[in-house]
Amino acid sequence: MSTAATTLVPARPKGRLGLAAYAAFAALVVALAVGVPTNGYVLNILMQAATFSIVVFGLTVVLGLCGQINLAQAAFFGFGAYAVGLGTTDWGGPFWLWLAVGMVLATAMGALLGASTLRLGGHYLAMVTISFQQIVTLVLINWLPVTKGPDGVGNIPRPAPFLEAHVYLGLCVAILAVVGYLVWRLPDTKLGRAMRAIRDNELAASVAGIDAYKVKVTAFAISALLGGLGGGLFAGGFAYISPDQFSFAESVIFLTMVLLGGVASPIGAVIGTSLLILIPEWLRFLKSIPGLYLAIYGAAVILIVLFMPDGIYGFVRARLERWRRPVARPGNAAALTLSGGGSAGAGTVLELSALAKHFGGLKAVDGVDLAIRRGGVHALIGPNGSGKTTTLNVISGLSRATGGQVRLDGRDITQLPAHARTQAGLGRTFQNIRLWRSMTALENVMIGAERPGSAVANDAAALEERARAALAFVGLDGRADEPIARFSYGHQRAIEIARALAADPTLLLLDEPGAGLNSTEKVELRDLLRRISARGLTILIIDHDMTLVSEVAEHITVLNFGRRIADGYSADVLKHPDVVAAYLGTAPDAPA
Amino acid sequence: MDLVLQLLFTGIGIGAVYALVALGFVLIFRATNVVNFAQGEFSMVAAFLMVLLAVDLEWPYWLAFAAALVGMAVLGAVFNLTVYYPLRHRTYLPVIISTIGASIFLANTTLALYGPQPRVLSGWFDNPGFTLGPVYVDNQYLLIIVVTAALVALQYWFFEHTLLGKKLQATSQDKEMASLLGIRVSTMIMITFVYSAVIGGIAGILVAPILFVSIQMGATIALKAFAATIIGGFGDVAGAIIGGLALGVIETFGAAYVSVPYKDGFAFLVLVAFLIFRPQGIFGERVAEKA
Repeated sequence: MSTAATTLVPARPKGRLGLAAYAAFAALVVALAVGVPTNGYVLNILMQAATFSIVVFGLTVVLGLCGQINLAQAAFFGFGAYAVGLGTTDWGGPFWLWLAVGMVLATAMGALLGASTLRLGGHYLAMVTISFQQIVTLVLINWLPVTKGPDGVGNIPRPAPFLEAHVYLGLCVAILAVVGYLVWRLPDTKLGRAMRAIRDNELAASVAGIDAYKVKVTAFAISALLGGLGGGLFAGGFAYISPDQFSFAESVIFLTMVLLGGVASPIGAVIGTSLLILIPEWLRFLKSIPGLYLAIYGAAVILIVLFMPDGIYGFVRARLERWRRPVARPGNAAALTLSGGGSAGAGTVLELSALAKHFGGLKAVDGVDLAIRRGGVHALIGPNGSGKTTTLNVISGLSRATGGQVRLDGRDITQLPAHARTQAGLGRTFQNIRLWRSMTALENVMIGAERPGSAVANDAAALEERARAALAFVGLDGRADEPIARFSYGHQRAIEIARALAADPTLLLLDEPGAGLNSTEKVELRDLLRRISARGLTILIIDHDMTLVSEVAEHITVLNFGRRIADGYSADVLKHPDVVAAYLGTAPDAPA
Repeated sequence: MDLVLQLLFTGIGIGAVYALVALGFVLIFRATNVVNFAQGEFSMVAAFLMVLLAVDLEWPYWLAFAAALVGMAVLGAVFNLTVYYPLRHRTYLPVIISTIGASIFLANTTLALYGPQPRVLSGWFDNPGFTLGPVYVDNQYLLIIVVTAALVALQYWFFEHTLLGKKLQATSQDKEMASLLGIRVSTMIMITFVYSAVIGGIAGILVAPILFVSIQMGATIALKAFAATIIGGFGDVAGAIIGGLALGVIETFGAAYVSVPYKDGFAFLVLVAFLIFRPQGIFGERVAEKA
């Protein structure tokens, strides 16, 4: 979920030492689970906490990292549990086989559900998952010949070396530790960064080359997978399952668990799960009145969202974060290679032919032709409402062209979605800054550098080095590890440019980079644009500041009312009578 | 053929309820850009208020009805102040989660107060209905259809021909611009929530004599109403009404010809079919984000 207020940069165990320490700790906990004799009551609570935590990890991934809601986690939990329950008792076959079947089934259903819904806004997903959850409950209750209906499934066996309850608990804890580690590391992987980028700003993620739809479906499928895994283990642990354990109410409990503990980290998931299993045990009298207990959960959800959006763990982390000073690691600006799309020299980088974008009857862009030659800075100017930003949006794929063609390096990209155009070599910044605000400057720029097809995309060290170099190049050397909120407006603009540069684009599109900057910052921007241009990268800039435009651009195209009214060398264009008229109005005709 | 006409009448009657709740969804969505997941609970709470006043306390039906609607207006206001308003500057996700929390809270508080046993609420009329040609016209269904039509007409007049209606429209289209023109945006949003709670309440009270008054009725109605808004095209008032009616008819025919226990599943199938093949609905959602 959105956690713009507090910026969390969890310190994850780096390197082998951290992993070894974690493994040793996990082994100790497993040994304790197996070795310490506990009575059945305590054992049940521990078993529930371990299996539920795995299920709640699923919500950490989909809700915490990717910002997509899933209100059917109990249904996926049910797929795993019923696969193991029915498989091992009715159909025969080993526990592990049915555990795998349940996980595959849950993942497939999750992917299907996500694929049908995730192209649309978040409210669709919430309602569709609620509906799906209701359907699954209906089927579990009514499909008597298979699910045995409300009676549930009993006498579910455990697999061979884990027959004894404490040993089985040890198995669950071991799986919890492994899955927890993977979820913990996920945010720092390419997939995890993509998820966080989508959560913070989906539009910017697409423009950075991330296939947002694919990543969201993946996150949703992972969530369902973990639900299925937890469910299978739960069935083995408790030997009896019934439909009410997989109802909407249970999905709500999972949601409350992840929100209470902290949605952004698996540690939060474990805290939230444990607390919400223990608290009702302490307050047993609440259970005597049906509904009271869930009513409190409902109120708790509202209160958490209002007052503690990052949950218990997020709250604690934010307090600890104050004491942590980021270590300034330098980047090497000179090391930032900008290939400008490869072969330098002459030729056309971007070609628009008869490009049109109509909104109903309004022709925002009305048949614009434009050719941008390789190298140098090309400016697109025009009065307000002349169609500049719309042109840029059509070029970068945020809106679809009504007609005409966009060719990048000779390749027709008119029909490609935004992320594919970035992969093809477009880079852009936004008029209103779109950075991922819960991340550091470095992480923002790393995602840019991660563009599929870039030379460093699959090499973690090279990737980080390139990102640091890009930040150094825009003048932010040594501040790479600070969260976005600590940067001034002008520096945030620079980070956006660094993000685009790190992807090593063929063409850089800048949408009003000078807007809102003071005079010193404007001079810095001008120098930055000159430095970029000197490295051979072609820039297409939109701006209202004529001083900036005339200082950096060799070539200017002027739009008015969606049409091109002038095109040529800067000095000539700015004197063109139509341009003067468009900006200043026409002089009244001399009296006859 | 007689059966088809009968089912059509029943379907339109039940569909009118979905349309009313869907209307509540759409109004709040247009005013705040978030979906209120507790919209169905407004109907449920109103039905229980009716049970409390008209059945348990034996107030006259009309008085109980009026008092229940006043209660809904208060609930709508409190809902806005506690669930939506404090989160108005956050992204849609916390708001969605908050309304889901409210939905759970309302449903289970009612459960804690009334217990799990469904209650019965009698209809407005003593006379159950009459026969019109081949169709048996149930008075309660007829009442639902008439009230829905009247409310839709009233709402149209209100939005198109009164200053307050125009202000509400302006707020839903562009809050910033509206506030610059001196419209009190927070008041407009408050009015929207109060009005949505009241029409959700009317829907709940009207449908209560047909269904049982139960804790689950809110979630069921909300789901159907949401499906209706998607069928019609999200955010479109006419779409919500047509979507609601269509869904009521589909569901009634599905229950008669396919399966009764899975009756509530048809809405989901229609919903998913629309999401895959025509996500913009019949009338189309206006989705756009400025770059």
